[in-house]
Amino acid sequence: MQRFSVPLLLALLFGALVAASHTGAIDLYIQSVIMFIGINIILSSSLNIVNGYMGEFACGHAAFMAIGAYVASILNVLLFTKDKYFGPPLLPPELSLYFFPLVLLAGGAAAALAGMLVAIPSFKTRGDYLAIITIAANFIVTSTIINMNAIGGARGFMGMKKIIFSMEDVLELPWMLIWVILGTVFSVWTIRRFVSSTYGKGIIAIHQDEIAAEIMGVNTNRMKLMAFMISSGLAGIAGGLFAHILGYINPGSFGILKSTECLVMVYLGGMGSLSGSVISAILFTLLLEGLRFVIPWINTGLHWLHLLPDAYEVSQVWKWVIIPLILVLLMQFRPEGIMGNKELSDIFPRLKRWYHFK
Amino acid sequence: MALLDINGLTQNFGGLCALSDFSIRFEGGELTGLIGPNGAGKTTVFNLTSGFYRPSQGDIRFRDRSIVGRKPHQITGMGIARTFQNIRLWKDMSVLDNIRISQHYAMGYSLWDALARTANYDRAEKKILRTASEILESLDLTRYADELPKNLPYGIQRKVEIARALSIQPSLLLLDEPAAGLNSSDVQGLIQLIRWIHETFDITIWMIEHQMAVVMNLCSWIKVIDFGVTIAEGTPDEIQNNPDVIKAYLGDDNI
Ligand SMILES: Nc1ncnc2c1ncn2[C@@H]1O[C@H](COP(=O)(O)OP(=O)(O)OP(=O)(O)O)[C@@H](O)[C@H]1O
Ligand SMILES: [Mg+2]
Repeated sequence: MQRFSVPLLLALLFGALVAASHTGAIDLYIQSVIMFIGINIILSSSLNIVNGYMGEFACGHAAFMAIGAYVASILNVLLFTKDKYFGPPLLPPELSLYFFPLVLLAGGAAAALAGMLVAIPSFKTRGDYLAIITIAANFIVTSTIINMNAIGGARGFMGMKKIIFSMEDVLELPWMLIWVILGTVFSVWTIRRFVSSTYGKGIIAIHQDEIAAEIMGVNTNRMKLMAFMISSGLAGIAGGLFAHILGYINPGSFGILKSTECLVMVYLGGMGSLSGSVISAILFTLLLEGLRFVIPWINTGLHWLHLLPDAYEVSQVWKWVIIPLILVLLMQFRPEGIMGNKELSDIFPRLKRWYHFK
Repeated sequence: MALLDINGLTQNFGGLCALSDFSIRFEGGELTGLIGPNGAGKTTVFNLTSGFYRPSQGDIRFRDRSIVGRKPHQITGMGIARTFQNIRLWKDMSVLDNIRISQHYAMGYSLWDALARTANYDRAEKKILRTASEILESLDLTRYADELPKNLPYGIQRKVEIARALSIQPSLLLLDEPAAGLNSSDVQGLIQLIRWIHETFDITIWMIEHQMAVVMNLCSWIKVIDFGVTIAEGTPDEIQNNPDVIKAYLGDDNI
């Protein structure tokens, strides 16, 4: 029974969400929030492999997201749509539904290859130097895209909405929601299986004492390569999903700010805690969305109290004051994050009776 | 065929010659000591043997194959395991996991097996668990299996580190000052433990030790270095009466 409780619960949740979206019981806005939660779960849990479990400090996660987003989008547009640059579709558009997971994986694979390029310097350096290298990688990726006019450069790239339409033509379902949920489950499950195997725990050994790991027989270079590739590959999948939800991407969406959001989620949830990453991604997304409503309230409230000059409006930019502030407070009062390096089942051992997740 | 054959090993750190022209040869089955005053270069010998540094000069052959230039994890896989002068366990991971992770040298499954949880994965993980449990059992550490090393007394940590090295089933075990920081009753236990390991497992032990009682008690052959230079070697009796050794340890004035 315990073995099936998690899959069963997930299947129920999945069915309920899809049904509710399909019938219109939850509106498009709520659906998009759910999808962004999924994407943020993939981003934070995948970054947690490198920054949490392995204890490196990689700050350019959005670069891999960008690569996955562009590769998946370009492939889809090239294969299944009529585009003014790429010409007529190479394959019948209705096939896009079946090819979608493959295209996502191709984006992930491209991102994983890029991850390899960051992993190699990590053989020799760590700490601040690696942080700088990853930030540089983030800039290299975004500025490369900006300078590639064939894929839209700084203006961005679009046409992915047509893919969604052709999927809906085959069968009228909220496809993006379905893909995001499947992608999220796939990512969390991959990470869980990796870090709970004796093999994957090699990266935790690297975190706790790299020299001891190497001397006790862990091939540290290979483990680092693997950790970086899984981490960036999953970020690439998140990017592919992100691109198709929005239908439009531009390099600006994958800058340092996005990478910082990923970092915030990892440290908010707790380094080396998968449940922490999931919880923090949910909270963080809800917080971001919540501020959309709260900031105008604050604005009206302060004006009503005559605390603000009439000419000044509290705008959404204040989000970027409030969120870092929360982070500062968190680091002050709970530096280990919400979950520390524990999992839900460590904190509530009774849960173990109900589920068995592997 | 010699088990280990070190020939003319020299290590320079910048201008400092930490070790010069060091040679030793094990046929297999010995329990040998390496002693010398602080900073003599003892740990450097172990760091070179385990592949942590690449020697400036000289050769290290293990079972007739040169191991110079190989990665530490490869050397471990060939059968050389070690402990550290200042314990280097993975302190936030259970004792059992410490031992399990040390089985990386013979993992038996791939990343794909881990992700797909194949039959191969289950089999290999079972074997790893069995090996780890057996080693904990035989060193009487089973009750600490789920503890974190950071919460254990120093003496137990030392023992866990030895267990971790043994779990690799090495043919050569390097112990770097295993008695450092132990109280006298723990030291007695350690002497018995090392003797027991040497008799039970088919293993060659090479140990660095400051406490003369330990080395004199255990080792049948001892090598002494000072400032990186070998100044004496012989049986415990010969070493104890060697004027050069006494001079190195006590200084000129005391003679
Ligand atoms: N990585 C290094 N870089 C520079 N110098 C080093 C390095 N490792 C060791 N040394 C120097 O080499 C010399 C020998 O050091 P080593 O650690 O081998 O001594 P030891 O005999 O183990 O001493 P102890 O009894 O204190 O452990 C020392 O002078 C030390 O400072
Ligand atoms: Mg030493």
